Amino acid sequence: MFQTYKYPEFAYRPSAEQAEGRTQRHPVVIIGAGPVGLTAALDLASRGLSCVVLDDNNTVSIGSRAVCYAKRPLEIWDRLGLADRFIDKGISWKLGKVFFGDRQVYQFDLLPEDGHKCPAFINLQQYYLEEWMVETIAANPRIDLRWKHKLISLRQEEDHAILTVETPDGIFTTEADWVIACDGANSDTRKMVGAEFTGQFFQDRFLIADIVMKADFPTERWFWFDPPFHRNQSALLHKQADDVWRLDFQLGWDSDPDEEKKPEKVIPRVKAMLGDDVEFELEWASVYQFACRRIGQFRHGRVLFAGDAAHQVSPFGARGANTGVQDIDNLTWKLALVIEGKAPIDLIDSYHEERAFAADDNLLNSTRSTDFITPKSAASRRFRDAVLDLAEVTYFAKPLVNSGRLSAPTPYTQSALNTPDSETWEGRMTPGTVCSDAPVTVNGTPDWLLRQLGAGFTLLSFGPAKAVDWNGVTAQPLVVGQDLTDAEGLVAARFDGRPGSCYLIRPDQHVAARWRSFDPASVRAAIARACSAKGTY
Amino acid sequence: MSLNLCPNIADPDGFYEFIVESQRAMSDEQANRMNARLILILANHVGDLATLRQAIELAATTGAHRAG
Ligand SMILES: Cc1cc2nc3c(=O)[nH]c(=O)nc-3n(C[C@H](O)[C@H](O)[C@H](O)COP(=O)(O)OP(=O)(O)OC[C@H]3O[C@@H](n4cnc5c(N)ncnc54)[C@H](O)[C@@H]3O)c2cc1C
Repeated sequence: MFQTYKYPEFAYRPSAEQAEGRTQRHPVVIIGAGPVGLTAALDLASRGLSCVVLDDNNTVSIGSRAVCYAKRPLEIWDRLGLADRFIDKGISWKLGKVFFGDRQVYQFDLLPEDGHKCPAFINLQQYYLEEWMVETIAANPRIDLRWKHKLISLRQEEDHAILTVETPDGIFTTEADWVIACDGANSDTRKMVGAEFTGQFFQDRFLIADIVMKADFPTERWFWFDPPFHRNQSALLHKQADDVWRLDFQLGWDSDPDEEKKPEKVIPRVKAMLGDDVEFELEWASVYQFACRRIGQFRHGRVLFAGDAAHQVSPFGARGANTGVQDIDNLTWKLALVIEGKAPIDLIDSYHEERAFAADDNLLNSTRSTDFITPKSAASRRFRDAVLDLAEVTYFAKPLVNSGRLSAPTPYTQSALNTPDSETWEGRMTPGTVCSDAPVTVNGTPDWLLRQLGAGFTLLSFGPAKAVDWNGVTAQPLVVGQDLTDAEGLVAARFDGRPGSCYLIRPDQHVAARWRSFDPASVRAAIARACSAKGTY
Repeated sequence: MSLNLCPNIADPDGFYEFIVESQRAMSDEQANRMNARLILILANHVGDLATLRQAIELAATTGAHRAG
């Protein structure tokens, strides 16, 4: 098959601890160098922690997997200095079209709200994402990324885990105060701790074919229900970088996956979709099936699960990597505070509380999309078709069309880390919500609000405010009108920032608390609460 | 709003005739499809989710004693 991308081969390097036969204790060991594990390493390093990453392979994600990355993960990667490269190479799209049979029944514009640094969505092959993260990691002395290191067993003591690792040089043992398991949907680590992983398994198969095509199809997402070229099934066309297009064909449960991915079987399907005269090269074909499930507990003693190892969703709505990266955003600051001894270990349990809540929200969304796209009964199919028929001729049915809902961050509305509002507020920035970005100017230069938020807690204030400390955890003031200028008035508008208002923002850019005036004692209590401290402060 | 289960149609026989008549020429499958569209149209007209839930539950549970 044709190749637009050359897979890097990363060198295996024997570690000193294995060579010298000594057992070393690491503060954090990450299992798996997929998008989630790599993001975890960079985020920990940005918070001053050293870590070791073990991966059983020596290259990036093989073949075609994730394509779409949403605004929030891009913002997280921006904090880590990666987003500009992703956005530059990625394809921005905003128009989606939905066809039913041979008719277009619905069209949507993502209409990203203006005044955010990161776009609503970009399309980029997963291997680029991983390759560039690996590159960035190579230049970071805090991260020890080890290829060809397979975790083969794990056992736990009260305050650490003991890991047995296999490399080309044999087997050795290492120890970690904390383990972050990012070893994917088939996580070995999950089995090693005996965690349950339950949910719904879908009896359906999908063919993905990546093709290289110069034809000037518009940069839009096209989704077909029951198209003439692929009766009774769904199909998808989406553009990626390098003139690579992702095609997705629902095959049904009875199809033979080995047969279906053969080029002689795939090429006629592609021609039927695009027309006989369109020139293309096949780059990748595979058949996948999926499940929607999650781990019971994200924390098992000293082992913390993130990404696909913790939850698996259907690809509709592009949620897998997007939500996995947000797991890491939630986890690393908590881990850093606990390791530094500034917050009680209970703070780690809030990782499960908040991210299991988010995972359930994602699973719900993705299960709903799946039920719409692949109805499980004749009655359900009838409702689906009724929605599509009506969407063509009425407005009311358009919002019922579900060809995959955009991945958006789940606000931690129920989190025990939030300090509930005691005053009235307008707008969306309720405690537990991720901060909205907005254009600002800093020293006369245009910039973005999220980039001004510090690595620790921030007090975003629309009036005078001073740094507040609780137990060595400091919230640094960021005063609108002093440290930055609200260039277009969007900071005040999005945060309902009447004069004097003050927000306590967590290190992961989520709102922890807010008040109509700055009161150091309230801020201190809210920091304590956001760090899971018990008692009153 | 709660589900109105009191008689609310001015001409019951006329309405009944109209809906049966509208499907006279249809196959069962065509009628089933039309019913699905009709449910969606009427559901949107009602709008209120609590009312719709009540209606769905009532429809799902009545006639449950009958075979098939
Ligand atoms: C067809 C398809 C389309 C998708 N589209 C999207 C999309 O558009 N957007 C999106 O966000 N997501 C999408 N996803 C999901 C996305 O690919 C995954 O969610 C993502 O790769 C998960 O990242 P991860 O780091 O958790 O796990 P993985 O990427 O699976 O990485 C796990 C890593 O752990 C390593 N490993 C495993 N076992 C061991 C061991 N014992 N020891 C050491 N290392 C080990 C593996 O080698 C691997 O490198 C899609 C998936 C598919 C299949």
